[in-house]
Amino acid sequence: MRREQGSSGADLEAYRRAAQQLLEHVEAGDGEGAQTVIDDLTHLRETELFRELGTLTRDLHEAIKAFNYDERLADITSQEIPDARERLNYVITMTEQAAHRTLTVIEGSAPLAQQLAEEGGQLAERWQAFQRRELNVEEFRELSRELGGFLERVQADSRQISDQLNEALMAQDYQDLTGQIIRKVIALVEEVEANLVQLVRISGQRFEADGPSRPARAAEDAEAASERMRRGEGPTLPGQGGDDVVSGQDEVDDLLSSLGF
Amino acid sequence: MAADKNIKILVVDDFSTMRRIIKNLLRELGYNNVVEADDGNTALPILQKGGIDFLITDWNMPGMTGLELLKHVRADANLKDLPTLMVTAEAKREQIMEAAQAGVNGYIVKPFTAATLREKIDKIFERVQAGGG
Repeated sequence: MRREQGSSGADLEAYRRAAQQLLEHVEAGDGEGAQTVIDDLTHLRETELFRELGTLTRDLHEAIKAFNYDERLADITSQEIPDARERLNYVITMTEQAAHRTLTVIEGSAPLAQQLAEEGGQLAERWQAFQRRELNVEEFRELSRELGGFLERVQADSRQISDQLNEALMAQDYQDLTGQIIRKVIALVEEVEANLVQLVRISGQRFEADGPSRPARAAEDAEAASERMRRGEGPTLPGQGGDDVVSGQDEVDDLLSSLGF
Repeated sequence: MAADKNIKILVVDDFSTMRRIIKNLLRELGYNNVVEADDGNTALPILQKGGIDFLITDWNMPGMTGLELLKHVRADANLKDLPTLMVTAEAKREQIMEAAQAGVNGYIVKPFTAATLREKIDKIFERVQAGGG
C-alpha cells in the first residue's frame, strides 16, 4: 500500500521559513547561524522519516496479523497438504495393487482357458471321427479314457477360473476407495484456492476487525469435525486414525458383539 | 437355514463399480433380484414404493448419507423392520456405534471379502427368521 508522497502543508511552511532564515544568515555572513538552521532542517527531515517508518511498521504488523488471522490456511499448509500428499501416494499404491491383482488373475486363468479350448478341440475332432465310425476298438477305448480325464479337468479348471474371476471382481473395489480419497483431496484444493483468493482480497484492504476469538474457533472446529463424521470421512489410511478407528472387520465384529449384536 | 433366494435386495452406493461388485457377489450367493440406487435420496422412494426385502447401503454418499437413510427407514412404519447391512469405508468406532444405535443389522468395513459378505448376510437372515420376522 502506497503512502502519500511529499509533505503536508505544515511541513512545507517549516521548510520555507528555514530556507528564508538560511538565506538571511548566509547573506549576513553568519556561518554559525546557517549551521543551526541546517541542523533544524535535518531534524525536520528525520522526523518525517520516523513517521514514514512508523507507518511502514504498522502496515507490516497488520500484514502479519492477516496471516495469523487465517489459521485455517496455516493448518492447511502444515497438516493437510502433507496429508493430501500421503493420500495421493496411497491412491497410487492402491491402484497399483489392484492392477497387479487383476493381472495375476489374467495370467493365472488365461492359460487354463486356452488349454481347455485346445484339448477340447482335439477331442472334438476325434469324437467326430468316432461318429463317422472311423475309430477301431483300441482307438475308441483310448478316446473314452481321455474324455473322462478331460471332463474332470474341465470341472476343476473352470472352478479355478471362476474363483479367479471372483478375485478380479473384488480387486475392483479400489475404484470406490481411491475415489473417496481423491474427492477429499479435491475438496482440499478447492479450500486452498478459496483461502488464497480471500488472502489476496484481504491484503488489498485495511482490516477493521479481528477474527473470531480462539474459543469460538475451537467450537466451530469441533462442530465441523462432528459434521464430517456424520457425512462420512472416507477410507482411513494405513497407520493413521489411531485408537478411535477399527483396523478391520474383526474389530468391527468385536465392537458390535460388545454392544450385544 | 436357507434364506429365500428370490428376495429383492436394494444396493445403495455412489460408486457404480462397488454396486457392480456387490451385485456380482450377491449373484454368486444365489441372489439375482437386485436393484440399485446411488444415494439415500434415490434409495428412499424405491424403498417407500415397497417390495424391497433387504437393504445394503454405503455410508458416505453425496446427497443423503447411508446413516440418514437408515434413520429414515427405521422411522418409517412400513420399513422399520427392513434388514439393513452397512458396507462402508467408515471405520471410526464412534461411527460404528452410531450405526448400531440407529438400528443397523450388520456392518462391513471396506475393503471386504466375498466370505465376509456371505457371512453377514447369512447371519442377518438367520436372526430375522429366528425372530419370526
